[in-house]
Amino acid sequence: MSDILAQLGAFWADLPLIVRIIAGILVIVVPLLIGMALLTYFERKVMAAMQLRQGPNLVGPFGLLQPFADGLKLLSKETVVPVQANAGVFFAAPMLTFLLALVAWAVIPFGEGLVLADINVGVLYLFAISSLGVYGIIMAGWASNSKYAFLGGLRAAAQMVSYEVSIGLVIITVLLCVGSLNLSKIVEAQKTVWFFIPLFPMFIIFFISALAETNRAPFDLPEGESELSGGFNVEYSSMTFALFFLGEYINMILMSAMTVILFLGGWLPPLDIAPLNWIPGPLWFIAKITFVLFCFIWVRATLPRYRYDQLMRLGWKVFLPFSLIWVVLTSGVLVYFDLLP
Amino acid sequence: MTLTTIAFYAFAIVLLASAVRVITAKNPVHSVLFLILAFFNAAGLFVLIGAEFVAMILVIVYVGAVAVLFLFVVMMLDINFQELRQGFMQYMPVGLVVGAILAVELVFLAVTQLAGGPVGGQANNAPIPPVDQVTNTEAIGQILYTDYVYAFQVSGLILLVAMIGAIVLTLRSRPGVRRQQIGQQLDRKRAEVVQVRKVPTRGGV
Repeated sequence: MSDILAQLGAFWADLPLIVRIIAGILVIVVPLLIGMALLTYFERKVMAAMQLRQGPNLVGPFGLLQPFADGLKLLSKETVVPVQANAGVFFAAPMLTFLLALVAWAVIPFGEGLVLADINVGVLYLFAISSLGVYGIIMAGWASNSKYAFLGGLRAAAQMVSYEVSIGLVIITVLLCVGSLNLSKIVEAQKTVWFFIPLFPMFIIFFISALAETNRAPFDLPEGESELSGGFNVEYSSMTFALFFLGEYINMILMSAMTVILFLGGWLPPLDIAPLNWIPGPLWFIAKITFVLFCFIWVRATLPRYRYDQLMRLGWKVFLPFSLIWVVLTSGVLVYFDLLP
Repeated sequence: MTLTTIAFYAFAIVLLASAVRVITAKNPVHSVLFLILAFFNAAGLFVLIGAEFVAMILVIVYVGAVAVLFLFVVMMLDINFQELRQGFMQYMPVGLVVGAILAVELVFLAVTQLAGGPVGGQANNAPIPPVDQVTNTEAIGQILYTDYVYAFQVSGLILLVAMIGAIVLTLRSRPGVRRQQIGQQLDRKRAEVVQVRKVPTRGGV
């Protein structure tokens, strides 16, 4: 067994760099897209169970093929472009959303050494990419030339900029405890204790901000079907809509992965003891992501949508001062007890 | 040509082309979008010279925050660009003078740098730590928060003053605005707001 693995490793190292990079990208992107499809199924099933319904159960065994049927349906529909729309920006917006959602995965460590690009500033890269996500929405809102889409785009811009501030402060708190911007080092720093225990309030803030950052319920005001009839994507149909949809769900998985890496110990098992550390790291990573995604869906099935001023108040008047105090408190504690890494 | 050279030329060409489009685009929203593209390519150039921290901060601060607000404002404005263009010839001499001064300064800087003279005064004479020993995040932190901490704090204070100034200028108290009092809402007791009454049939409340 180890012989075969060694041979495989040697074969892998012999391949030219470009082939290895493309293979690495495919190994990440293909499971990600399948995972995204399964996430929509998972969401519908979980919400159905919470609301005493059946959920999709006709296409394939247990309705498992439903997301693929939905995708096929979207592909076969006609793409409608509004006459007054700004065509270039109109088509660039969904592509940008989808692209940014995928690009961020380059730095996510799935296990020890299992990362496509192990860069020094991994956290900043993730933060940068997630802050770019707003452009897809705001461009879509503007280019559609429709008042509902425009209102949705404006809401998205204000909302995502507001919650990025608190996400940034939460990341700073974690970085204070790690002393490195590298994602693998952040996970390894949690070998003794996962950060959600000492930094529990920040974990909660990060989770709620992640909901707002991905425009998920109860902060899905940019979509807001009851008042904006679909928000920024109201003019989109067929494949362009599908790209927004894919982007939103992949971003959800990405924010869950970020939560897992920053607070739930990444690929590490809960305790480093016999039956638990037999399970390979990537499986732990996926299991934890699934748990966070379940919480995303749980929140959506439970809570009503926020009003816009309440959303802004929560971001600027509650989260910002609170996380700022926690940054000062954490650094104070670390300096006082001489724990700075 | 190595991969780095190809990447450099790709970033540089897109950067210059989008910078030109920023000032030539008819639609102001397109201008802002090209500006964002230019920022992005500048970040790519920073990555190529090994300054990955500056590159990420450029994307986070300028692209992720400043340009979003910029785009936000430009989208809301109803500007007639034909009208704005009418004053173009009138302001051109001033613009050319300013541009010429900046260009001359840039040339001076490049010439002194090429001649090996000190450009930034003392900061440039300080020993540069080798790249393999200290990451550029640490190096920037060392300079900002240790070597030049007072200058850094003063610039922070100036920004704070500017921020407070902007708030003071725009703040006006409007009478008669109803606001949600969350504390008051949460303090409500059942006895204060719910009343159970026996309503006689056909009697009404």
